[in-house]
Amino acid sequence: MGRLSDAQRLELYRFMRLNRVVEERLVNLYRQGKIVGGLYRSLGQEATSVGTAFALSPGDFLSPLIRNLGSVLVRGYAPRELFAQYLARATSPSGGKDGNLHFASVERGVIGPISMLGELIPVMAGVALAAKLRRESFVCMTYIGDGATSTGPFHEGMNFAAVRKLPLVVVGENNHWAYSTPFSQQMACASLADRAKAYGMAAATVDGNDVETVWEAASEAVARARRGEGPFFLEAVTYRMKGHAEHDAQHYVDKAELAAWGDRDPLERWSRALAARGLASAGDLARLDGDIARLVDQELEIAERAPFPPPEAALEGVYGEAPGESEPFFLRYAEGKR
Amino acid sequence: MLDRRRADEARGGTTYVEALHDALWEEMETDDRVFVLGEDVGVYGGAFKVTDGMIERFGPDRVIDTPISEDAIVGAAIGAAIAGLRPVAEMQFADFISCAFDQITNFAAKSRYRTGVGIPIVVRGPSGGGVHGGPFHSQNPEAYFAHTPGLKVVQPATAYDAKGLLKSAIRDEDPVIFFEHKFLYRRIREELPREEYTVPIGKARVARDGRDLSIVTYGAMVWEALDAAALLESEGIDCEVVDLRTLLPLDDETIFASVGRTGKALIVHEDTKTGGVGAEVSARITEHCFDSLDGPVLRVAAPDTPVPYAPPMEAFFLPNAEKIARAARALAGY
Repeated sequence: MGRLSDAQRLELYRFMRLNRVVEERLVNLYRQGKIVGGLYRSLGQEATSVGTAFALSPGDFLSPLIRNLGSVLVRGYAPRELFAQYLARATSPSGGKDGNLHFASVERGVIGPISMLGELIPVMAGVALAAKLRRESFVCMTYIGDGATSTGPFHEGMNFAAVRKLPLVVVGENNHWAYSTPFSQQMACASLADRAKAYGMAAATVDGNDVETVWEAASEAVARARRGEGPFFLEAVTYRMKGHAEHDAQHYVDKAELAAWGDRDPLERWSRALAARGLASAGDLARLDGDIARLVDQELEIAERAPFPPPEAALEGVYGEAPGESEPFFLRYAEGKR
Repeated sequence: MLDRRRADEARGGTTYVEALHDALWEEMETDDRVFVLGEDVGVYGGAFKVTDGMIERFGPDRVIDTPISEDAIVGAAIGAAIAGLRPVAEMQFADFISCAFDQITNFAAKSRYRTGVGIPIVVRGPSGGGVHGGPFHSQNPEAYFAHTPGLKVVQPATAYDAKGLLKSAIRDEDPVIFFEHKFLYRRIREELPREEYTVPIGKARVARDGRDLSIVTYGAMVWEALDAAALLESEGIDCEVVDLRTLLPLDDETIFASVGRTGKALIVHEDTKTGGVGAEVSARITEHCFDSLDGPVLRVAAPDTPVPYAPPMEAFFLPNAEKIARAARALAGY
């Protein structure tokens, strides 16, 4: 495993800032009533998304969860595409058929999630199985929250991947909360990584708010998988700084605990590290932040200009051919249609 | 619907979601075998607040916050029911009932038939669209379960029925799948009786009397059908509206009596058309009321696609009063 170049270190900063700024704009849109449906923040978890996705190579596959906006930015999705998703526009990757991070592109190596948590693990194990069967060297990475490791599909997928020694990296994002349910009510394990023992899967726990540490551990897991040494479960310990979604005021969260995690903000920490290494001064980063803000504003403008999809598009894409709505003969007759 | 809401709000009364909350609360007060389990039902009070305040009143042993495990939630409910309790399992969204499909259809539904052990559980949750929930938070999964012998399937349209049917479901000796239409949660309200009452499972109601044709429907579509009927009244078409309330078992008696009076049947549901509950109702009408029919049995339902996300597409997808009125006009003129 190599080390990060100085340029890559700055790139990590850029992706994390981009992740945060895009979400800040999404919050504004939400408050304006422009977002269709809910909005789920990843504030405080950017280092986990960005650091893990950054460890992949072109040709690898990644499937994000709802809070892994940073991961799909790293995989090459433009902010305008993500805005269009949340705004339900015709230009969105899903064409308005679904929202948030529910989209996919095999070409870009991104497999979208469904809302049934845990189901991604068996699916991505299947993609990894194809790598083995086709004698190809691509690696699959997916995410699971502390809460979703309680699901049956998680256990089934983990076991399958371990037995078949598949090139799958499962990132266990331990952000302490599943909606309003704390880690302690989700499992009796001391750590999320303990889950992996039951499947005979290699595992490690890292500080999920330190982007370089996350990247190093993820790179090692990806390298192992690529060498044919089987799946890896990487626990990233982080914290969900906002409620489950924008409507949730998180009254159930201890304020002192929240403040303590706020002091470990991944962007602040990385800014200090860059300054300490002499890679970027506060002024340099402020200029970079300004560039990112301007870019995101331009991207948002592009997304907002796009129309909603035509209503009839709702009928398209269910099968290879669009299903027609069949009207009984007499109804067509009554309305003078032939 | 909006005019009705404004009028009801002026009058005060109980919303659909409050009615469900009250039914659950009252049953927990009077029968200590009843308990609730599900995701975020306790401290948070439920994603839609159906169980609001219950953990404070009944404690964490009777209002159980579970891991995200629909299969385990329903499985644990079945085990507790075998051991003499009356569990009410919440699905945070009805879409996620798919994750518990095995427990419901293979264990709960077949237990009495195979072993003589009844499974008195309620599996309840919010179904339906109109809130831009997209493909995974808007579905109407009732047809999967209406096809499973051994289950009962209920979907109330009014606050009165929501309360009365949930109480009946909790008291029932068999597994009841209870779908609440999330669009109705806070959009309808009515004055409910102060005294205790229940609404029987398996009994439909005539929501509006009419002479010319019968609109047979359930859930949120009852309100759209009533709006369509009001619209058609001014055109001289007199519609009867039948609210099924229970989808398994179907109340054949009420359906056939209505079609017998009007001679024409239009079936409406929000669920997609092919294989929906409406197909079963239609088949029964043609089987049993053929001599009374003066026209084809018609259906208005959502097209056979997943529920789309973008508002214009969702509006296009969902049946509404206008679409119902159009079909009713054609049927009336047949």
